[in-house]
Amino acid sequence: MLTKRIIPCLDVNNGRVVKGKKFQNLIDVDDPVKLAKYYSAEGADELVFYDITASNEGRNIFLHLVEQTAEEVNIPFTVGGGIRGIQDFHDVLRAGADKVSVNSAAVMNPEIITEAALKYGRQCVVLSIDAKKNLQGQWNVYINGGRVDTKLDALEWAVKGEMLGAGEIVINSIDTDGIKDGYEIELTKSISEVVSIPVVASGGAGKREDFYKVLTEGKADAALAASVFHYGEIKIYDLKDYLYSSRVPIRRTE
Amino acid sequence: MIAIIDYGVGNLKSVYKALNSLGFHTIIAKKNEEILNSNALILPGVGAFRDAMSQLSSSGLKEGLLKSVEVGKPVLGICLGMQLLFDKSFEDGEFDGLGLMEGEIHRFDKGLKVPHMGWNHLKKHIDDPIGKELKDNEYVYFVHSYYLKTKEHQNVIYWCNYGMEFPALIRKNNIIGMQFHPEKSGKTGIQLLKNFGELVG
Repeated sequence: MLTKRIIPCLDVNNGRVVKGKKFQNLIDVDDPVKLAKYYSAEGADELVFYDITASNEGRNIFLHLVEQTAEEVNIPFTVGGGIRGIQDFHDVLRAGADKVSVNSAAVMNPEIITEAALKYGRQCVVLSIDAKKNLQGQWNVYINGGRVDTKLDALEWAVKGEMLGAGEIVINSIDTDGIKDGYEIELTKSISEVVSIPVVASGGAGKREDFYKVLTEGKADAALAASVFHYGEIKIYDLKDYLYSSRVPIRRTE
Repeated sequence: MIAIIDYGVGNLKSVYKALNSLGFHTIIAKKNEEILNSNALILPGVGAFRDAMSQLSSSGLKEGLLKSVEVGKPVLGICLGMQLLFDKSFEDGEFDGLGLMEGEIHRFDKGLKVPHMGWNHLKKHIDDPIGKELKDNEYVYFVHSYYLKTKEHQNVIYWCNYGMEFPALIRKNNIIGMQFHPEKSGKTGIQLLKNFGELVG
């Protein structure tokens, strides 16, 4: 049986893993390669690296880290952040990433999804959507690290993304990001019901039950989290044991 | 020496790194000469079937591959690389494959989430040295939208289930295909690559 995936996410800034709340107040956590190795050994099903550095120099450090990580771990990993064009896809895949996640660039230029899917295959194109609830109770797509409201409807954008060639969707709730009070269940479930590609829930994990809820009620295929893992509040090994005993299909490692 | 065929598609680094760290001398081969000098081959692949087939032909490396198969060298196709070993694929049309094993590549049925992406377990069908040291129901990492339909069930070493049963690992004499990515499948995948390396005499 295909299992649900648990994915630690590493936000990397100038070569270090950092974590903020609602996309702000960044604090330093650890060395990304070290963390990647640790999570892989602990039973993580996949890893995500987000490059949140803006400078060119930072970008080079980042690509070097992707390379080092690819050498150290033998589970799949996705790279995102600052992906602007097909050259960026080329660079990160060459550095050893398995999938590339696009966010703002795809909103500005949706053809990038199709172009990358045709060139590298759908399976390595991940559409990452940052969404925030509007006053009407629907979700708008935000770009530029949660700073700009595009007024696009998140559900419509997810459907369009699949049509354009995305092989997976990461849905990140800005309202719940870093708050540790649970994933945005309704949003995740709605997205999962309108697309027929895997959906990864992101933003809000605080306790084991949050994972259970989003993987069952929220219909997510995978759950992504950062700070609860980085600070050791939840051990991946224990989380998987708990999910397994709660009858969620999960891969357990020795 | 194991040669990974570099015909311009896919990320070859992780397979390369895994085999070398297991102690198998492995190279990334861009020339037929290198392929012919090796003792075993790996045919990787991501992307689309048609493009991969045409790149394999236009690179000229198909020749070295076919000669190697003929002389009985162990050959391992991974993911799309496995699919290329069969008669034909229906990925966005109908295209001929290498025809080294009997079977066709079809898209997963409607109603299933596609790609079949993530960790799924292997169900043993036949005891074979390629599965040495593996326990029952070990998990490996899959990413694919098409699967193999074959009548040669006697060659299926492991099945996988996603909506229905399909071959996850198939072997006909010296030719082996893995639909999943052993290089991304943690310890289980490393063991499978080790088993392949050990087939090389």
